[in-house]
Amino acid sequence: MALKMVKGSIDRMFDKNLQDLVRGIRNHKEDEAKYISQCIDEIKQELKQDNIAVKANAVCKLTYLQMLGYDISWAAFNIIEVMSASKFTFKRIGYLAASQSFHEGTDVIMLTTNQIRKDLSSPSQYDTGVALTGLSCFVTPDLARDLANDIMTLMSHTKPYIRKKAVLIMYKVFLKYPESLRPAFPRLKEKLEDPDPGVQSAAVNVICELARRNPKNYLSLAPLFFKLMTSSTNNWVLIKIIKLFGALTPLEPRLGKKLIEPLTNLIHSTSAMSLLYECVNTVIAVLISLSSGMPNHSASIQLCVQKLRILIEDSDQNLKYLGLLAMSKILKTHPKSVQSHKDLILQCLDDKDESIRLRALDLLYGMVSKKNLMEIVKKLMTHVDKAEGTTYRDELLTKIIDICSQSNYQHITNFEWYISILVELTRLEGTRHGHLIAAQMLDVAIRVKAIRKFAVSQMSTLLDNAHLVASSTQRNGICEVLYAATWICGEFSEHLQEPQHTLEAMLRPKVTTLPGHIQAVYVQNVVKLYASILQQKEQAAETEAAQAVTQLMIDRLPQFVQSADLEVQERASCILQLVKHVQKLQAKAVPVAEEVSALFAGELNPVAPKAQKKVPVPEGLDLDAWINEPLSDSESEDEKPKAMFHEEEQRQAKHRLPEVDEEELARRREARKQEQANNPFYIKSSPSPQKRYQDSPGVEHIPVVQIDLSVPLKVPGLPLSDQYVRLEEERRHRQRLEKDKRRKKRRDKEKKGKRRHGSLPTESDEDIAPAQQVDIVTEEMPENALPSDEDDKDPNDPYRALDIDLDKPLADSEKLPVQKHRNAENSKSPEKEDVPVVEKKSKKPKKKEKKHKEKEREKEKKKEKERKGEDLDFWLSTTPPPAPRAPHPGSLQDTLSVNTHTDTAPKDEVVEPRREAQDEEDEDQDQEKKPSKHKKKHKKEKEERPKDKKRSRKKLLGSEEAPGEPVQNGALEEGPLPPMSSYSLLAENSYIKMTYGIQGSLQDSQVTVSIILENLSGSVLKSMELSVLDSLNTRMARPEGSSVHDGVPVPFQLPPGVSNEAQFVFTVQSIVMAQKLKGTLSFIAKDDEGATHEKLDFKLHFSCSSYLTTTPCYSDAFAKLLESGDLSMSSIRVDGISMSFQNLLTKICFHHHFSVVERVDSCASMYSRSIQGHHICLLVKKGENSVSVDGKCSDATLLSNVLEEMKATLATC
Amino acid sequence: MIQAILVFNNHGKPRLVRFYQHFPEEIQQQIVRETFHLVLKRDDNICNFLEGGSLIGGSDYKLIYRHYATLYFVFCVDSSESELGILDLIQVFVETLDKCFENVCELDLIFHMDKGGLSAAPARAVSAVKNINLPEIPRNINIGDLNIKVPNLSQFV
Repeated sequence: MALKMVKGSIDRMFDKNLQDLVRGIRNHKEDEAKYISQCIDEIKQELKQDNIAVKANAVCKLTYLQMLGYDISWAAFNIIEVMSASKFTFKRIGYLAASQSFHEGTDVIMLTTNQIRKDLSSPSQYDTGVALTGLSCFVTPDLARDLANDIMTLMSHTKPYIRKKAVLIMYKVFLKYPESLRPAFPRLKEKLEDPDPGVQSAAVNVICELARRNPKNYLSLAPLFFKLMTSSTNNWVLIKIIKLFGALTPLEPRLGKKLIEPLTNLIHSTSAMSLLYECVNTVIAVLISLSSGMPNHSASIQLCVQKLRILIEDSDQNLKYLGLLAMSKILKTHPKSVQSHKDLILQCLDDKDESIRLRALDLLYGMVSKKNLMEIVKKLMTHVDKAEGTTYRDELLTKIIDICSQSNYQHITNFEWYISILVELTRLEGTRHGHLIAAQMLDVAIRVKAIRKFAVSQMSTLLDNAHLVASSTQRNGICEVLYAATWICGEFSEHLQEPQHTLEAMLRPKVTTLPGHIQAVYVQNVVKLYASILQQKEQAAETEAAQAVTQLMIDRLPQFVQSADLEVQERASCILQLVKHVQKLQAKAVPVAEEVSALFAGELNPVAPKAQKKVPVPEGLDLDAWINEPLSDSESEDEKPKAMFHEEEQRQAKHRLPEVDEEELARRREARKQEQANNPFYIKSSPSPQKRYQDSPGVEHIPVVQIDLSVPLKVPGLPLSDQYVRLEEERRHRQRLEKDKRRKKRRDKEKKGKRRHGSLPTESDEDIAPAQQVDIVTEEMPENALPSDEDDKDPNDPYRALDIDLDKPLADSEKLPVQKHRNAENSKSPEKEDVPVVEKKSKKPKKKEKKHKEKEREKEKKKEKERKGEDLDFWLSTTPPPAPRAPHPGSLQDTLSVNTHTDTAPKDEVVEPRREAQDEEDEDQDQEKKPSKHKKKHKKEKEERPKDKKRSRKKLLGSEEAPGEPVQNGALEEGPLPPMSSYSLLAENSYIKMTYGIQGSLQDSQVTVSIILENLSGSVLKSMELSVLDSLNTRMARPEGSSVHDGVPVPFQLPPGVSNEAQFVFTVQSIVMAQKLKGTLSFIAKDDEGATHEKLDFKLHFSCSSYLTTTPCYSDAFAKLLESGDLSMSSIRVDGISMSFQNLLTKICFHHHFSVVERVDSCASMYSRSIQGHHICLLVKKGENSVSVDGKCSDATLLSNVLEEMKATLATC
Repeated sequence: MIQAILVFNNHGKPRLVRFYQHFPEEIQQQIVRETFHLVLKRDDNICNFLEGGSLIGGSDYKLIYRHYATLYFVFCVDSSESELGILDLIQVFVETLDKCFENVCELDLIFHMDKGGLSAAPARAVSAVKNINLPEIPRNINIGDLNIKVPNLSQFV
């Protein structure tokens, strides 16, 4: 034995180690391959020895060779041997080699399972660590399934080093074995709050990575992440979380609103550029998700743009690059904010770094408007001239074309200018994008009818100078433009000035050097041209001239007949015969022109590229039905046993696919039916609503500017676009003058003038009318085109399998497979450990739940889902706990509202996520608590977004309350509640509509009246002022120093169609009675003709309910209150109520600001508190068709008034 | 996620290659070659990001690299990574190597591939990096130095 060891070490001395190998390779530079193959032979010898040290050394060398690109898969078994060495240094080499070379196709990998399990449970943390590290690289579905449980156990290891690695590797396990995700998820979530920052951030990373792929399943984690975001100081973690939020916000716009503030704070406070950049990015994502009508986020956009500008101006190229990258994201939704930095971006076009120049080009795309298009393109043209290197120049060229042609030539006001730009671009040498230019020429000439004449004249000069274009090299891509030029001249030959001249140009011998496909077009269009000349001549009775043309054709066409290109040859000989026939007829003086031009009669219309795809499937045709029944029986029998041997994952994938398809099909069928239903005649649907060019009013009267022929052209026939720029400027000037004149005449008509997209009218863009009557022909679509084609998800996406609902409780069948030999610590099933001890708030005894279990189970699924939604909804509607870095700005009232919530919010955040793991027994208790939370929600919502637009508010109220409330307590049979709004109409006239809501605050007996002002007119409303006649009891709070009769100005203006909310504070002395206050809103309506003073009277109704504030109350406190006996009592009864009890309670909560204290069957106790501290307790009972409400309150009048109001509300139920 | 870490010298010789996604050896070499040609063309004073293109897995990926003396350090990452963060990470990685080898140079990487080059230092950095467990390393390193040494490095806490 000892001898053997000695022998081993002697052997090693003579063996090459890695250093020798490297040195050897360096010394054999000229015959490296030979040397290496020699080494590999040696290694093979070494691997045959018994000594593990020798083997490890050999494997180590192999690892190096693998890096150099040599296949070492033949040594896989030896690698496993080294992996199983007991000495750590060898083991490490083994795992390293395995991680470099093993993959799913390695067959010996299944031999490793037990070795790895042994290493994972090794007492040495380094053994475990190296096994985890290695496993992460070569984990297969089998390994993942077998080892998932072991790894999950390691997630609770005592050493953070192991925990961290275990958490990270779980991600790979999930990918390979998606079934493990749900059982492991609770523990993963726990790790988010691990004491070790490394483990914590590992968990953040894993969850972020998972959530990125299937964000919707992780929305419920948002509160937790939010907490981490506001508490963590680790920038790496922050970046990840912020990026994750960026992925989540598109799914939940309310989340975005919540995020804006903390993110803005971070932007202001952080010194780390990377964090700043990610914050800006996420704010942008938020703004994009909110973009529908959120005027008051302009501050955030400004902040982002401003910060990005700093990045772009930085001397660090990396920051510059990223700045531009982020800028292009803003551009999509807020082009205006980016446009103001045009100077900077144009400057970046001159940057020496090509990546930056390309980014800047991307930005230009979105920055053009009608006003600046010419200027920008001019600048780009100078860059084209200067650019060295064809790639960048080609990029410029495509960008110019992209910019000009975007959204159906939206920004082009002068197509003559555009054609001349295109013609100028043809002078580029060596570009590969000739076909692009050609396509543009064709497109413009076909679709813009007004430009055809000009286009044809340009194209004919281009043809005339064809030698310039095509001369340099025959393979030059630019000669493609001749294709377009010829076609345009042929197709629209009626516009040619000198058709004969052009015909001659097209028949020049030089043409035969062009590529075949272009020649073919030449031949074809020569005939078109010929036909139109013939017709002209015959009409003018110039028979001789007509015969001369025919002769010219016969003389020249043979050159094409000899072409090597079959297409050209065939067409030419065909046409030659035709022309010869014409000549014969002409000789007999038979008029032929009519017939020849009949060959080309009719007009071509463009067809949309997607038209074919959108041809709808006719009714009754089922494309998925079998034409012949498949030989099902025998085949499926064969299939089944096969499937047994497949991997689990595959089975699942198979199972999923048809499901999706069916859904998809059903949806399409539905869409089709609906479309046909909407069209009772079902004859022909109008062409799809493509974006048509909309003319500003009165454009049709603008005369098309004739091209000043005296414009001197530098290159014969190649117009300089600059001339058109100048012409265009003059034209715009003239047009402006004209418009001003007209405007005076047509005052009243102007008023109704349509504003495009209802956006703010800016003088610049709207005023520029295009020079041509731009009749952009829309592309044709088939009848009944389907509205959109959806891009199906890639079924091969590995992340699809991870699209798993994580909030459902675990079923027994889902537990991870536990292997038989395992440590004692594994024995506890993971789910059990996660069950937290339930906090008991209510004293209700546990019911005998088990009986109900059967029934419950059915509902369970749905309930869980709802609960998740509710938790999130609740969280989303609370104000965020103030970020520690920034003091909460705002009025007294704001701070107050924050204070009242901070004590509840964080608690909920901790409790909520855990709740999912609880057993059913706890459900009832939970639900008891919920209604009270929900009321808070309404209130907070209002406080949180006081300035939101009314429209979005309504949507929100509708979307979240209606489905949110009634499903409480699992009452599934109840119908949804219609959307409720606490806002009621205050007053309305033709200019403005006012709606208002009243909110009590516990301070100083004040109520806040929120008035939403909506501008209904076409004018801008400004200088709005609200004056109210104070009563003895109720006064409006006015700015200091103003008298009782002064109005309070509304702090904003209203452009047409916009609404905004203003808040006014009133002080109230006695609240026991409802009151009304008269008031007037005065404002100035300003439109194009001038301004008028307008007034609108209103009556503010302060109901008693509006003095109540939603205050939660626990049942024991409630009981004490009732026992105290110093409350007066009153009751009402309302009959004929059909609404469900749940909805009823919801209504009372919502409209009268009560909270549910306790609910038993159809009986509930409710509580509210007035702003002056009166307690109101209610007992609501529901009978068959009636509801009785008994109330107790410290003030009898208040109680009776509130009950009266409640009666009115209930009567409408 | 980091998809791959490539370290090669000014002549394109691979010095450390780590893929977190399996590719056959030829493809790996091809990726290294292509990446080398991409970064070689670029001056030192232009930005350190390259749009991945067809290289590894399509447009979601970016190449982020740094050039130190004779070595290029290239990380291929997807869009879930912060670009500036990865730049810092490369710096941290290099400094870790520097600590392990005292004045790390190209030869250290190849000569100590078993001990340091692949197993010890990078294995730590790399395993930490693997599923982007970034924070471990920054804690181990005096980040004050980091800012002084590389002035254009974005500031990290």
